[in-house]
Amino acid sequence: MHYLFASGFFGNQPVRTALLVGTVIAVTSAVTGVFTVTRGQSFAGHSLADIATTGGSGAFLVGLNQFWGYLAFGVGAALFMELIGVQRRRGRDVATGVVLGGGLGLAALFLYLGAQRTSAGGASFTILFGSIFVLTSSTVPYLIVSAVVALGIVIMLARVLLLSSLSPDIAAARGVPIRLIGAVYLIALAISVALSAVIIGAVLSTALLIGPAATALRLTRGPVRSMLTAAVIGVAATWLGVWLAYDSYTWPPARHGWPVSFFVVALVVGGYLVTFLRREPRERACSAA
Amino acid sequence: MLNTWIAATVVAVIAGVMGLFAVLRGSTFAAHAIPNGAFAGAAGATLLGLNPLAGLAVFSLAGAAGIAALSRRARHDVATALTFVLMLGIGALFVSWSTEYAQEAYSLLFGEVFGVSSGDVLPIALLGMVSIALIVVLFRPLLLTSAMPEVAAARGLPPERLELAFLLVMALATAMTVPVVGALLMFSLMIGPAAAARTLTASPVRALALSVGLALAAVWLGIVLSYRTNWPLGFFVGVTGAAYYLLALFLRTTYLSPARAR
Repeated sequence: MHYLFASGFFGNQPVRTALLVGTVIAVTSAVTGVFTVTRGQSFAGHSLADIATTGGSGAFLVGLNQFWGYLAFGVGAALFMELIGVQRRRGRDVATGVVLGGGLGLAALFLYLGAQRTSAGGASFTILFGSIFVLTSSTVPYLIVSAVVALGIVIMLARVLLLSSLSPDIAAARGVPIRLIGAVYLIALAISVALSAVIIGAVLSTALLIGPAATALRLTRGPVRSMLTAAVIGVAATWLGVWLAYDSYTWPPARHGWPVSFFVVALVVGGYLVTFLRREPRERACSAA
Repeated sequence: MLNTWIAATVVAVIAGVMGLFAVLRGSTFAAHAIPNGAFAGAAGATLLGLNPLAGLAVFSLAGAAGIAALSRRARHDVATALTFVLMLGIGALFVSWSTEYAQEAYSLLFGEVFGVSSGDVLPIALLGMVSIALIVVLFRPLLLTSAMPEVAAARGLPPERLELAFLLVMALATAMTVPVVGALLMFSLMIGPAAAARTLTASPVRALALSVGLALAAVWLGIVLSYRTNWPLGFFVGVTGAAYYLLALFLRTTYLSPARAR
């Protein structure tokens, strides 16, 4: 029933909001994602999205605005991961996994308690897959402001981040506070994915974070070019995905539209796989030189 | 209730064993992605009117193969992330095609451990034994490639094939455990106890015993508490797992010398 618009793609208010917010999120995710992929923190990026959604259901339980629940849990989880050792390359995976495991336990509890008030299945579903077409325009300004904050942090830190990701020893020798930089970056990542998870769901959030950035890092050299390419790929996938979802309203078998998340994920992963046609070894870490 | 105990015990043993290797190999993301992504297969099977277990098996095996294949040419975490989101995206599509699936998907994510019938116990126990047997066969090479990749390579062990074998066993274990305890709980149960065990001991055999013991304790305690309070089992197991790790970190920094701990 969110698919009431039958004619006029750009004249349609939900579509316009979806495109606007989708663009902002695609750009933020893609730029943040370049560093996430370079630093090998894809798992952390996905986990933060999952945990942020847990915060959303928690906020719903106590009657707060869900957006603040997303933000609080995302940033809290980022700090916790940092505290128990996400900064060490060896322990990173485990620290992330432990925080995610605990977060999922809380998710089970919140959803159970929430299900006593409303119907169960639907809630867990919106959380996983989101729905870009049901945004209310009153939350849009908040979303855009936090996106700009996350993007601003990442861009300001870009140089030190690159240095401390690629050659931590040189960075340390130059007096860069590596751990602090890593923590601040993780917080920016948390804001960025919490924000995209609230709107497009944890699945799409991960797809937009990792897919365009990984594709761009296979195609280009240099951090600025990688970030720009990633942003273009992310925005293109989002726009095409929204357009296809709008078009699929009349497609079989259900005739109520295919989900946006499916289209965007398929486009992002498809784009990544196409880069394998070029004979290139692994993702280059985006070299600063 | 007896069926619940048996099924949960089998699941805990498997989670303790698989989890330790996932932690040692740095494959915790795959341990999250395979059970969660596999639900798409169950959704597809329901759509076609097939047994959801078949769909789970097909998708978890396909996911494992996808991760292993992509990892050869891309970073492991990127390969896992993209395989995972693709599976979930297909799941979203299947769910949108069907009309009454949402409730069933909820139970796949969170499990129905108190709804295990005596007919369910036998296949679970059998598949469990097969997974454990495979791990026993793979034990030494897996350990070697996890702990000392260079030595393993020098001995001619194929790391890529071992990775594939490991992920396939994980997929097999997943297909049987997800309907019982749910994808989310399975992950918590694999990571918390194993991470704590690895933090506390460097000996693989002792870590394995500790990991299985902690997983069993978490599940048994969780079942009792969940039965009493009616709160979901996943909550108790998830929180216990995280608590294990924090406690292990505390114990290590307090009582063990840094040299032994590393």
